[in-house]
Amino acid sequence: MSKSNKGWFALFTVPLLLVFTTVVIIPFIIGIGYSFVSWDGIPANPKVFVGFDNYATLLRDDRFLTSAWHTIEFTVLALILVNVLGLAFSLLVTMKLRVSNAARTMFFMPNLIGGLILGYIWQFIFTDVFKYLGDKTGFDSVFFNWLIHPQFALYAMVIVFTWQMAGYTMIIYIAGIQGIPDELGEAARVDGANLWQRLTRIIFPLLMPSFTICLFLTLSGAFKIFDVNLSLTKGGPNNATELFAMNIFNEIFGYGHYGLGQAKAIIFFVLVAAVTMTQVIITKKREVQY
Amino acid sequence: MNKASRTSISALLALLALAFLSPIYLMLVNSFKDRAELYKNALALPDSFSFQYYAKAMDKMNFMSAFGNSLFITIVSVAFVVVLASMTAWMLVRTDNRLSRIIFLVFVSTMLIPFQTLMMPLMQVMDWIRGNLHIPMLNTRGGLIYMNIGFHASMAVFLFHGFIKSVPIALEEAATLDGCTKFGVFWRIVFPMLKTITITVAILDVIAMWNDYLLPSLTLSDKGLRTIPLSTFYFFGEFTIQWNLAMAGLTLTIIPVVVFYMFAQKYIIKGIAAGAVK
Repeated sequence: MSKSNKGWFALFTVPLLLVFTTVVIIPFIIGIGYSFVSWDGIPANPKVFVGFDNYATLLRDDRFLTSAWHTIEFTVLALILVNVLGLAFSLLVTMKLRVSNAARTMFFMPNLIGGLILGYIWQFIFTDVFKYLGDKTGFDSVFFNWLIHPQFALYAMVIVFTWQMAGYTMIIYIAGIQGIPDELGEAARVDGANLWQRLTRIIFPLLMPSFTICLFLTLSGAFKIFDVNLSLTKGGPNNATELFAMNIFNEIFGYGHYGLGQAKAIIFFVLVAAVTMTQVIITKKREVQY
Repeated sequence: MNKASRTSISALLALLALAFLSPIYLMLVNSFKDRAELYKNALALPDSFSFQYYAKAMDKMNFMSAFGNSLFITIVSVAFVVVLASMTAWMLVRTDNRLSRIIFLVFVSTMLIPFQTLMMPLMQVMDWIRGNLHIPMLNTRGGLIYMNIGFHASMAVFLFHGFIKSVPIALEEAATLDGCTKFGVFWRIVFPMLKTITITVAILDVIAMWNDYLLPSLTLSDKGLRTIPLSTFYFFGEFTIQWNLAMAGLTLTIIPVVVFYMFAQKYIIKGIAAGAVK
């Protein structure tokens, strides 16, 4: 590179690199360091090096392990529900019906509202509206205050997350469906394939790239969920719905265990990276060409 | 399919879409009811439309101030992300050497880092900058904008990078021969051609930044600096039991989103699809 080209290169890239380095790179690196110390977050107090103690402690931390288990449970349920619903919506909306566009607009709408606000809306529904429905209809085995029941509170989070994400995956599936040539479906129909055969033998295999994207987005979104958790259940009842991200937040800023919390945060990063990479590799392998 | 079954599927789809948005309906109708009416029937339309809870929620949430803060922070952050990330991505694509490839790889690989992994050390770094360089990074709009730019840099560079690779280089070479500087080439020739991807980046970032709660909650502590998610959080902590007031407050926070959706729907849906597929 000539000297003037180097100057231009620096002028164009350095501003963003500076911001990016101070906001992402440096915190990431010193974050690894923090995970090896014991510190309560007060600047005047010493940071004591404890080696791998924090990592050993978190492996024995029941609350953390329970939260990890609940996060997995939540993620699996959310992954299934979001994608089944998103795919169903996309198939309905691409049937070229008169109401298709309006329906698409409505299905996508919740995705634009922030998780915090969605959680508050549903808090009202799961507590008061459900209770009201139970009293009026007599189905009080279904309609009761879901948020005070440990298992149902987790289901409530799955429902809110699904409400938020189904429309988003729908948009991606629609793009995938529109990329499939009409002749393929037509040819199969002429050959006598019924609707189910056309879906499972032609549409779904050709949608594999869309599945990859949607599974990736729902997986990482569900695993990292925080806002809905905070506004819908605050982790309750009795920490039954305190998921990964919230457990880390509470450990650091709630209990002031900065070192231990940061060790959890590093483990969290490793898990997110490992799970999403594996998922992308597996699904990529199954993609087909036509 | 025959006409009758198409009509019935249409009707079913319309019903499904309406049922899907029933939480919005519940929020709206109950924002107008008084306490007794709300507990008598949470599903019914209100007897009368009185906006008293809206006026009160607006006042308690300091809504106009929060709206102004959210708008300012989002617009300035997004503008910086678009300008800086497109410039960076263009240089990285057009300078084919090892340094460029390493920088790009670093941007892409950091996309997997969750916010929770960075939040605590980030606060320490910002506190250090405040203490040693005397730049007010915490509890200021500017500081939050700075951090927003950092967090959204990778995704934006990644999207611009992918797009610029498909832009032919011939025009740029011609402009350089005519004596245009790199700065001129980028802003006069290249940037106007990036319109589609710029819209995608801007829309994804507007949605993410507008709705962000955690980062602003860690950096902003003054009441007057609160964004909409922050003021909703504090408002809700105070008035959970008064559902009518709470619902009016939530409706207020959703109005800007709905207006944005109405005007930019086409771009939003295209942008979401393009951003995800890349």
